[in-house]
Amino acid sequence: MSECTERSEGGMPSQHGMTGKRIVRPYGDTTGDGMVQVSFTLPVPHDKRAEGAAVQLANKMGIDPALLVHAKPMGEGFTFFVVYGRVNHLVDLSAVRVVERDYPLLSAREVNALVKRQLRRKLSVVGACIGTDAHTVGIDAILNVKGVAGEKGLEYYRELKITNLGAQVSVPELVEAARVERADAVLVSQVVTQRDAHLHNTREMSAAFREAMPVGRRPLLVVGGPRFDESQAAELGVDRIFGRGTTPGEVASYLVHALVTNKKARVA
Amino acid sequence: MGEVTSRAVGKLALDPALVARARELARRVGRPVVELARGHTTVSVERAVLRLAGVSGADPDGIPWVNRLVDAVVADVGLGHGVSVPVFDALAREQITDVTLLAQKAAAGSVRFSVPVGRAATAARRAARRAAAVGVRQIDRRRAERERLIKRYGDPPRRPWIYLIVATGDIYEDIPQAQAAARAGADVIAVIRSTGQSLLDYVPEGATREGFAGTYATQENFRLMRAALDESSRELGRYVRLTNYASGLCMPEMAVLAGLERLDMMLNDSMYGILFRDINPVRTFVDQRFSRQVHARAGIIINTGEDNYLTTADAVDEAHTVTVSQLLNEYFAHEAGLADWQLGLGHAFEIDPDVPESLRLELAHALLARELFPEAPLKWMPPTKHMTGDVFRGNLLDGFFNLVGTMTGQGILLVGMMTEAVVTPWLSDRDIALQNVRYVLGAAGGLREDFVPAPGGFIQRRANRVLGEAVDLLERISEQSLLSAIAEGTFGIMRRPADRGKGLDGVARHEADYYNPATEILEQPS
Repeated sequence: MSECTERSEGGMPSQHGMTGKRIVRPYGDTTGDGMVQVSFTLPVPHDKRAEGAAVQLANKMGIDPALLVHAKPMGEGFTFFVVYGRVNHLVDLSAVRVVERDYPLLSAREVNALVKRQLRRKLSVVGACIGTDAHTVGIDAILNVKGVAGEKGLEYYRELKITNLGAQVSVPELVEAARVERADAVLVSQVVTQRDAHLHNTREMSAAFREAMPVGRRPLLVVGGPRFDESQAAELGVDRIFGRGTTPGEVASYLVHALVTNKKARVA
Repeated sequence: MGEVTSRAVGKLALDPALVARARELARRVGRPVVELARGHTTVSVERAVLRLAGVSGADPDGIPWVNRLVDAVVADVGLGHGVSVPVFDALAREQITDVTLLAQKAAAGSVRFSVPVGRAATAARRAARRAAAVGVRQIDRRRAERERLIKRYGDPPRRPWIYLIVATGDIYEDIPQAQAAARAGADVIAVIRSTGQSLLDYVPEGATREGFAGTYATQENFRLMRAALDESSRELGRYVRLTNYASGLCMPEMAVLAGLERLDMMLNDSMYGILFRDINPVRTFVDQRFSRQVHARAGIIINTGEDNYLTTADAVDEAHTVTVSQLLNEYFAHEAGLADWQLGLGHAFEIDPDVPESLRLELAHALLARELFPEAPLKWMPPTKHMTGDVFRGNLLDGFFNLVGTMTGQGILLVGMMTEAVVTPWLSDRDIALQNVRYVLGAAGGLREDFVPAPGGFIQRRANRVLGEAVDLLERISEQSLLSAIAEGTFGIMRRPADRGKGLDGVARHEADYYNPATEILEQPS
């Protein structure tokens, strides 16, 4: 899924602009001055030696000369520093590699608008922790309105209809709930990984859906959990795997991409 | 917190008749919910009673004995009689005195429970009441102890109290962080709970060192942190308060544990669990009433969760839902015996900073809460929704938040972090945030005196409009019922029907012989 693309646009051309290569440095107030500002804390009480230590760190970070502009004791045994200075590193824009998401990240408003306009009904999502896994922290972070890291969960999206079955749901129960709720997508969270339980459970789940529903009627199958390898989707028979640190917004954007805006791309 | 005078209109020229109407409607809306709560019990209420009666500890799998005991009683006789009488009846029959031992026997399947009648029932009731009274007396002792320590060390020198969060997941990391925060100026320390604890139908046991984005709330963690902050109070010469959460499926038990371990404040909202955690509405209201009765007895200040509405809904369009929720929280709190000084009613600085005049709107909303609840120590929550990772802008926004807090006389100020939405606060983030608070309170601490909005001006008009919208919404709710309003998605955008949601299977209607010794003691006029 994660295709790498090379980017060479953006950024200012280097003063010594070479053809095909773009070398840049940080910009303070003069092109090529290389000025940066950093702040950090060292676990040492504030004294001359601490300030020297801060300068040493800055030097090792490539900041030379390093201008220590602020040092402040914090509690016992800690000092906070602000350092300005010139970095000696160069940035080669032609060597920048970024991992691109293969779907656009949408705001809640955009998700709602697209579902409303193009699907013309609520998009039904059924979520659960299957097997013996009682850790609902993942599925709740994605589904509960409360959400995670300041981002609201899928319940917050007006045009999504969420059914959260909670923990320890059996695969037949999940298939039945998906049928009753006419699920467009099924989200399964797996935290427990003892003896590869997460992989076995996922395979069992995808097989059950394949058996119970004809191609084209089967909901989009999405699993998530901290120990999954995101590239294993095909092997496990699911449409998508989300790993650690996934946010509800990413999941919602993916659902819209796969079910609304880019339906045809989906391999049933 | 301002004295009640005959001031008819105050700084916002509010119509006293409209204010009275708002409270009358809150009472009308809340009353049937109280009646519902009085006629039901929950597994968590019953477990809380058993904790007061001295059941402690957990089985080798970490399931608390109170859970094992309540489950065993429910399996034999159901929940509707309350567990106290069957438990103390069994205790007498088994001729043992230790309730925890009975729980162990019950878990092993060697005790059967029944609902006694006649003299056996009377004896069981008396024994249950005696046992629960021991727990309540312990809560009373802890409250007296708090009052003594406040007298000895003193309260913070000014309002608002400065409220800081720690949340490492490891109680032994939390302790030095909390003590450092207290030294740096925090008056209140809140230990954030592990993600998902609110949906656990049991309270974990013992000191814990692992959590998801927070530290599990356990009795032992409460005890350890309170002891550490007692040390800090002694060192700093001011009483440092400790906060945790009475929310989620174990609200009543959390309230009891907080009372037993002398926590000072507890997050406790009447509708948060329903709306944001999809906990069954009946379960929530029953649990909430009992937990507030315990908080009232323990002298704990509750913090309500109105700030959460503004993180999901628009802070301008939905400002009146905050007022409605504050009025309902006030009604439910008073009914449960909490005094005004215990009502940390919540609200937040969450208006999009790109909205023109956003600061004046914030001032209007914050002052409205102050004027409506003059005796309550309002809990003022910092911006989160519009904190973007631009830490420089975030620090400025926090400064304006602090300014509004002091200008409108807020009681408890949760310190905003410029790294909100970036990382869990670093040592330096907290230091910079406290520096921000100190600067604003030092430079403008008395500005409240001079801040008198112009008659008929923007702020007065806005506050009156929000109050009007709140009354309209309360009128609409009172035409149906609070439960059906919640079911239809009136608050936030969540529809939460009364027959759905987590924890419903732990709710039972009272049988005619229902008995709860703790409620009996707590409702007795003192």
